[in-house]
Amino acid sequence: MQFTLNGSDVNVDAPPAARLLDVLRHECRLTGTKEGCGEGECGACTVLIDGDPVCSCLVPFSQVENAAVMTIEGLGDDHPLQHLFMNEVGAQCGICTPGMIMAALAIGNEPTIDDIKNALAGNLCRCTGYGAIYRAIFKWRQQRAVAGGKIDA
Amino acid sequence: MRTAVAELGVRRARSLTEALDIMREEIRTPIAGATDVYVGLNFGTLVPRRFVDIWGISELRRIDVRDGQLVIGALTTYMDAIRSPHVASRLPMLVDAGRQVGGPQIQNRGTIGGNIANASPAGDSLPVLLAADATLVVRNFATERRMPLAQFFTGYRTTVLRPDELIVAIEVPPVTGKQWFRKVGTRAAQAISKIVIAGVRGPSPRLALGSVAPTVVRAHETERLLGMDAIDDAAAALANEIQPIDDLRSTADYRRRVAVNLLRRFWRDTA
Repeated sequence: MQFTLNGSDVNVDAPPAARLLDVLRHECRLTGTKEGCGEGECGACTVLIDGDPVCSCLVPFSQVENAAVMTIEGLGDDHPLQHLFMNEVGAQCGICTPGMIMAALAIGNEPTIDDIKNALAGNLCRCTGYGAIYRAIFKWRQQRAVAGGKIDA
Repeated sequence: MRTAVAELGVRRARSLTEALDIMREEIRTPIAGATDVYVGLNFGTLVPRRFVDIWGISELRRIDVRDGQLVIGALTTYMDAIRSPHVASRLPMLVDAGRQVGGPQIQNRGTIGGNIANASPAGDSLPVLLAADATLVVRNFATERRMPLAQFFTGYRTTVLRPDELIVAIEVPPVTGKQWFRKVGTRAAQAISKIVIAGVRGPSPRLALGSVAPTVVRAHETERLLGMDAIDDAAAALANEIQPIDDLRSTADYRRRVAVNLLRRFWRDTA
């Protein structure tokens, strides 16, 4: 089945009812996407489908045919949001971090802290208490605004 | 962890006609955003079965105003409803409800039609649609039928929907009066309601509640008393009119007290 994965066209053979999460981790060998609860409660498995954050544990694989899927690996290893999560100590055990970052990518322009909280309302972190996560994302958006709004800026 | 979900059969329908033809041939459970079905499968609470995937049927994912009614396609997601100018102007309490469903990930995938078909007494959009006097449009390969949403639910997670029928749309007549919605859960997001309530304060007040009975319910006697602005009598009536239970999310006593408090809050906020 054909879809776009992190910007590249791919053809992956997997059962249509398989969870997108499993296909990403096993068939595509992209293990940055984590399984937390398996019931859409924790957001650890968040990926973007056509730009919208979704829980990949609840997506039948067949539904991403011809869609654009983006996982944490799509950011590369040098994204400013990754650095800010480290610098602000927005990550401790790290299981929630890829999902947090993917959910943060969908935040609109000039967000307030409340906008950021709402955008991350579907992501649970049991280590950090969220403050450092919100701070990292807020700083990233301030930097991006200065840099002209590019997603990789 | 790889689950057995992968082994299940799915047929994808690209149009409503194709979906209804598939459902005429054999019994298949419709899936769209899968936010309820895949939770049930992942945890073994749903017996594995064959599915028909209706997620891609774009003709069911529209929000229109037709003949003075707001017509919500069954595959409208909560996020679609939140962003719709038609919903914002005609049924703002559905926007409030949509924002409190799960988090953005669930709002991007969960559908209004799915919330109805799932028939949970805790469904967040259901009190809104019930208080709005919504009509449900369901169809099989041969015919279409309409029914008030109140007649759709027959008991705890049971409905009048036949195995070959799909919910295709929800029709909402103009709502006169101030709309009000409130959900009480353990936390603001990602919570299943302990109690959920929608009210309309117009010439004939309307009140619908979830998580207080086997189905979502209208509180008709409470509404009648509210119509006479008898809030104390209405509060007493509401406590008798609902049948909450103790469960893992809350207790019957808590739900009854909070329902009455929310009723008074509704009446104050919309005065």
